[in-house]
Amino acid sequence: MLISGWGRYPLEECVLQQPRSETDLLALLGQGPLIARGNGRGYGDCAQNAACTVDMRRFNRMLTFDPATGCLAAEAGVLLSDVIASFLPRGWFPTVTPGTKYVTVGGMVAADVHGKNHHRDGSFGAFVDWLDVLGADGQVRRCSRDQNAELFAWTIGGMGLTGVILRAAFRLRRVESAWIRQTILPSPNLETAMRIFEDHAAASYSVAWIDCLAGGSALGRSIIALGEHAMAAELPAPSRTHPYDVPAKKKLRIPFDMPAVLMNSWTVRAFNAAYYHREAGKRGERLVDWDSYFYPLDALADWNRIYGRPGFLQFQCVLPLAGAHRGLTALLRVIAESGQGSFLAVLKRLGGGQGGAFSFPLEGYTLALDFPVSSRSLALMERLDEIVLAHGGRFYLAKDSRLSARTLRASDDRVAQLVEMRRGLAATSFRSSQSERLQL
Amino acid sequence: MTSEPVLVVGGRSDIGLAIAHRFAAAGHAVQLAARNVTTLAVDKADIELRHGVAVTLCELDILATESLPGFVDQLAPLPAVAVCVVGLLGDQAAAETDLKAAALVMRSNYEGPALLTGLLANRFAKRGHGTIVGISSVAGDRGRARNYVYGSAKAGYTAFLSGLRNRLAKTPVHVMTVLPGFVRTRMTEGMALPPRLVAAPEDVAEAIFRGVAKRKDVLYTKPVWRLVMAVIRALPESVFKRTNL
Repeated sequence: MLISGWGRYPLEECVLQQPRSETDLLALLGQGPLIARGNGRGYGDCAQNAACTVDMRRFNRMLTFDPATGCLAAEAGVLLSDVIASFLPRGWFPTVTPGTKYVTVGGMVAADVHGKNHHRDGSFGAFVDWLDVLGADGQVRRCSRDQNAELFAWTIGGMGLTGVILRAAFRLRRVESAWIRQTILPSPNLETAMRIFEDHAAASYSVAWIDCLAGGSALGRSIIALGEHAMAAELPAPSRTHPYDVPAKKKLRIPFDMPAVLMNSWTVRAFNAAYYHREAGKRGERLVDWDSYFYPLDALADWNRIYGRPGFLQFQCVLPLAGAHRGLTALLRVIAESGQGSFLAVLKRLGGGQGGAFSFPLEGYTLALDFPVSSRSLALMERLDEIVLAHGGRFYLAKDSRLSARTLRASDDRVAQLVEMRRGLAATSFRSSQSERLQL
Repeated sequence: MTSEPVLVVGGRSDIGLAIAHRFAAAGHAVQLAARNVTTLAVDKADIELRHGVAVTLCELDILATESLPGFVDQLAPLPAVAVCVVGLLGDQAAAETDLKAAALVMRSNYEGPALLTGLLANRFAKRGHGTIVGISSVAGDRGRARNYVYGSAKAGYTAFLSGLRNRLAKTPVHVMTVLPGFVRTRMTEGMALPPRLVAAPEDVAEAIFRGVAKRKDVLYTKPVWRLVMAVIRALPESVFKRTNL
């Protein structure tokens, strides 16, 4: 079966297994290398293996919930969207959520995903109480900060390379409503955008859409969106009695692969300029429902088809705080000059919180954007890699589909430890196309 | 928010669980009946957590027909809706030569489901309300070489449901026959099926949920099957017997 990540590149012919039980899974373990796959929302080739890709979505049951602590235990294939559907009406919301709700619990652990609150709360792993991990020896190990602590640390953010995550217990947080008080702050350039992030370090949520094609004095112009969970008392009267109800949204779908040629520097430049001015006009505070605030792209099903059949590449790096301004300026200059930017570009201030031993985040700024698949894009991204390396930054493997093993090692001195850890666990039979490419 | 309970007989099956989830999502308590039902404890917890309803596990071996009245007696409370999803496709080739294999298919698809459905219908009639949902099969619409042992048992169940509906038509008790066609389940795993004719268990559950509300009599959960089967039924026997459908 042809399989790819959300970026639809690289597309690979893989044997897909869909086990229903641990017994089925054990039988697969004996047959050779494999990688677990969740809902396929990783962008690149992190959850595919030609010989054996294991679809974990049939392990989709919620197990226990403790209302005293907000701790939910669930099987790895449970979707975050289902968690929200079940628990938001009862006043609970994920403590950390990525930009799509169509991810599995196992996927969130494996990538140690971060959200718009990373600067304050850290990544998903910080809120995981325990994991059950199936090892290459067929044993299921419960691990936590106290028990099998090393396995726990390397599994969070370990991209599925320490074993198959079967179950996880993680914390939800209390919320009084399904609404977010959103504050829009337009910023004419990068420097102002970064100052706004620093000035609003106390905000619960913060993220910026950045126009990566604006050059000159407008380099890095951004729309920063801050957010706070709204208290019930802050809602308009009609919503106050039903604080968890939000209006039903119509879901749109991209029905076919759009011609790749539509995504060119002219259309994107025009879109970005129009979008900036439209959003800048919304300056100030208003109430936004949870779905529109956290998951705007989920409203557009199959949005990955807008890049056409060839697919797209995601680039996400983080630069340490000290050199972030210089590094981001250099990155944005190269992108703006190339004219290859996209309209889905995101800038975010990260905090120091790392959920696991191999997690992506570090204190500084992260920039994420996508490019249509082409040799020009690939060449551009290699130039960006060099800038990231020069500024001491690193790369987010959940987004990656083309990094070289050499660049990864140059960016991250933890790679050798991960490789050693995998050998120690006899976990080298857990392999993805990405782990092969990166020689992990 | 728990409203009247729904009994799902065959609660381990993909379709059965999907039906349980769908009714639970609408606030109904659920009674799951199956063999070795304690192994469904994880599914019970899942349904309770997701939907905030109570789930009861009821031990039932539908082939142990002498135990069926006792099973119905211990249902507390008697459900408002009873869905029978029990079925066994079996191995047609084996069923052609092995009487035991054939009898197992016949008893699992006809004898057990029909007897239990009849018992529940009588209780519902006595109480004065209730809905019986019987999952039969389009395979029962015409016997084909490929699966006629299974098909004939389903044909019997379809006829049983039809007669039961006829008998109870003047009472408030409603009987709905469900004909799902191909469904992506454990039963069809590994089969090469035409994608346009295949439904997901969740689609079947949704159609049943709506069908119960609308008091449908015969429900093809994927409407194209009504047409497909009309054509197959219309073929003259002299032609039909030479086909390989």
